[in-house]
This record gives sequence, C-alpha cells and structure tokens, in this order.
Amino acid sequence: MEFPDDLKYSREHEWVLVEGNVATVGITAFAEEQLGDVVFVELPAVGDKVTKDEAMGVVESVKAVSDVYAPISGTVLEVNDDLPENTELVNEDPYGDGWMVKIELSDVTDLEELMNAADYEAFVQEQQE
Amino acid sequence: MKHTPLYAAHRALGARLVEFAGWEMPVQYRGILDEHNAVRTRAGLFDVSHMGEIELRGAGALAACQMATANDVGRLADGRAQYSLLLEPSGGIVDDVIVHRIHAERLMICVNASNRDKDFAYLGEHARGADVVDVSDETALLALQGPRATQILHRLTDAPLGSLPRFAFVDGVVAGRRALIAHTGYTGEDGWELYCAAGDAVTLWDALLSAGAGDGLIPAGLGARDTLRLEAALPLYGHELGADTTPFEARLGWVVRLDKGDFVGRAALREAKAHGLRRCLVGIETTAAGIPRADYALLRDGARVGHVTSGTKSPTLGKGIGLGYVDPAVSGIGTPLAVEIRGRAVDATVVRVPFYRSQALATA
Repeated sequence: MEFPDDLKYSREHEWVLVEGNVATVGITAFAEEQLGDVVFVELPAVGDKVTKDEAMGVVESVKAVSDVYAPISGTVLEVNDDLPENTELVNEDPYGDGWMVKIELSDVTDLEELMNAADYEAFVQEQQE
Repeated sequence: MKHTPLYAAHRALGARLVEFAGWEMPVQYRGILDEHNAVRTRAGLFDVSHMGEIELRGAGALAACQMATANDVGRLADGRAQYSLLLEPSGGIVDDVIVHRIHAERLMICVNASNRDKDFAYLGEHARGADVVDVSDETALLALQGPRATQILHRLTDAPLGSLPRFAFVDGVVAGRRALIAHTGYTGEDGWELYCAAGDAVTLWDALLSAGAGDGLIPAGLGARDTLRLEAALPLYGHELGADTTPFEARLGWVVRLDKGDFVGRAALREAKAHGLRRCLVGIETTAAGIPRADYALLRDGARVGHVTSGTKSPTLGKGIGLGYVDPAVSGIGTPLAVEIRGRAVDATVVRVPFYRSQALATA
C-alpha cells in the first residue's frame, strides 16, 4: 500500500497535497481498499465553503455510503469533473486521477494537525489490528 | 464466529471476510464488480455453506411439509424442488426456503443462515408427524452460477445435467464425491447448487475452480451475491421479507396455494386477500444521479409513500435500482416517485422487474 511522502493525511483517511495556499484532497489507498469498488461520488460545488473535520462529500461503494471529510477549512476552487462518470478512478489511482477537490485554505495552521506519511502509515497499522 | 469448511480456502484466496448471521464469510475476493460481472458473463463459485438444511423424514413427512409450508409439495415429483415460505399463523413470513422432495418420506428444506434455529423450532412445532432433522452442520453448499456453469460442471460429473430442468435435482457424484446436484440458484443466471458432505467441500471447491479456470470461473462472495439477486429482483429475508410482511405484499402470491388444503397461515391469508393490499413491493430505478439504499424514504409529490428495502447501483445496468414497499395507489409501472437521499428528493420511476433477465436462464 502506498503512502506518498509529499502528502499530508487526516485521521479520516483523506490525503492533502499542499501547493502554496491551495490544497488538493482525495481519499487514501487504505480508504479505497476498505471501501471496495466505488460506484458513486458526490462532491461539493465550486465556491462552497468547507469546514475542517466536517463532511464535504460522499463516496459510495457497492455496499456502503461513506462521508468524505474536509481535512482543512476553505473555499472549493475546483472539483474533479471526471470523477462522477469514472468512479473507478478512486480505486485505480486514489492519489492521482482519483483526486476530488481543490480547496483554497482559509487557515494555513489547519495543516499542522495533519499527519505525515510515516505517522499515517503507523495510524493505518493500528486500524488494522 | 462460525466458519464453513472453506474458511482456510477463502483466506488463502485473500478474501475480505465479514460477519454474517454469526458466520465469518467472504464478502469479496478480487472485487464485487468483477465477481458480479463474472457470474453474468462466465461463471462464479459461491460458498454458501452457512445456509441451513433441515430434513423432514418418515411416513408423515409429506403431510407435515404441506402443513408447514405455503406452496404445494403435492405437485412435486421425486427429484423436484420448489420455492416456498414458512408462515406465521398471522400470515407473516418466517422464512423463504427451497423445499426439495427427495421422495415422499424425505424432504430437504434449504433455509436462510440467519433463520436456521428459528426454522428448526418452527418445523418442530408445525411439521407434526415428521422427524425433523437439522443436517446443516454435516452439509456444505456450493453455488456454481453463470452461463458457463453447466459446461464446467459437466467435466466433473456423469449426472444427466441436460435432462434436469430448473428446480430439478439429482443425487449424483461430482469430482468423485457424492452430492445433491440441484438446478437452482439465487443470481438470475443459469447454474447449479451442490449440497455435499462438509468433509467433501474443499475437494469440490478445488475441483470446480480447477475445471472452470479455462472458462474464467472465479470465486464470488456475498457482496456479488447480493447485487446479482437484486438485479434479478429476488427477495432477501430481513429486507423484502419479514414477520411483518405478507406474501401478497411481497409479490409472492404465486407461492401461496390457498386451495391445497390446510397450512399454517392459511386462514389469515384468506382474510388478507379479501381486504386487499395495504402496501406492495415494487422495483424502482433512479432517473437522476443517486443510489437507493435500504430504509431511504420513497416520496410522491413530496409526501412519503413508502421506503426502500434493498438498493444498489446495478453493475449490469449502470443505474440506481431498488426494491421497496409503497402505497398500492402509486405502485403502477411508470409512476414517477422520488428517493430521499441525504435530505434531497432524487427522481425515480417504478419499473418492471426483474431489472435484468438472463437469456441463458430463459432457455435453460
């Protein structure tokens, strides 16, 4: 399982790629593996405000409905328009083409609460015990 | 948690295991969509050994079965099975089952895993005159389903598969082991269910996977089993069926033979029939983006008219499908409804069921 070094991670299994004041967010390989085949994705709209640790979207697998949480607060700049028609991208490339939203950070200190790759990997090991 | 004889095999295959009715069972191996697709286009092999098998034996077995089940076992010849229901005296459903008439003094009833103990007690009480024997622990059950199932099974048995219509079964030998070979299934595809001794399950499982490898046979789990049966609009106890549902509401009026003679629940159902339906089971498809799920409300012009009992995104059709109970007034094919999904009304339509019909099964 992959834990890319250049990303930060939330306890709800979202990843964050930080570029200046913009955060790209998706769900991690652990999350997609737990979900199984993703069949439906509901994303916020461009311009929506999202709040750290609150649900901002939904990802559905064949059997279950799961919330996607905002790992940081801000305003939605862009959403992955390819995703609703190609939900398998979340399973096939969770850190790449399976990206979900780009958010303009409203508070850069939100990032400090996220984990680095090593800590997230340890966190995942704990979940599996 | 309980394990079937194939537990080690599932782990070796890397199955994702989940708890179901007190059993640790494979929900998927490589993925639900892959497994679903395999059953629809090639073949899939399911371990459903968690299900129960209860036999009624003795001179009184046939009569006892008639009293304890809603369908008419009098219409069965030896070597024939039928879908049936165990009913409460009130007409509510205790379980949906398959009754196999081995001969007049021996009937084998395949029951849902979640209802095994309840059904055993029920039969003890209502199947008077028969010896009621729970053989579940000694019996394993494998389901080989899909358009290529028959050709795969042919390689492992001399049983006359071609002369067994749907719901017929024969006592035969598969991969050198004794098995009751039944032309039944719960996937909406052609296929076979093999009842064997628990100790022979691994041999049969391995032999089938091996014999079917060239045809693309793969193991399939409970996740795919659910999406397959839902596309075929087959009910699932605990969702479409329960103690508070009657057969007529569940579109199972055809299973109930009110004129066959007395049986548990008959009087209540006669009355129910006279009063008409208070609700009925329909199939729905969403026409906007969204997936119906169990317990979501069904709306008509903003008012609640029912609820979803099972729902998913149909892998074969690519749209949201579901079964649900609604007010009979809005149950007509083509009625526009909405599914309440996370507070929003998502457009849906009442459609004809099954959602999917297999060509191969139609000609099986």
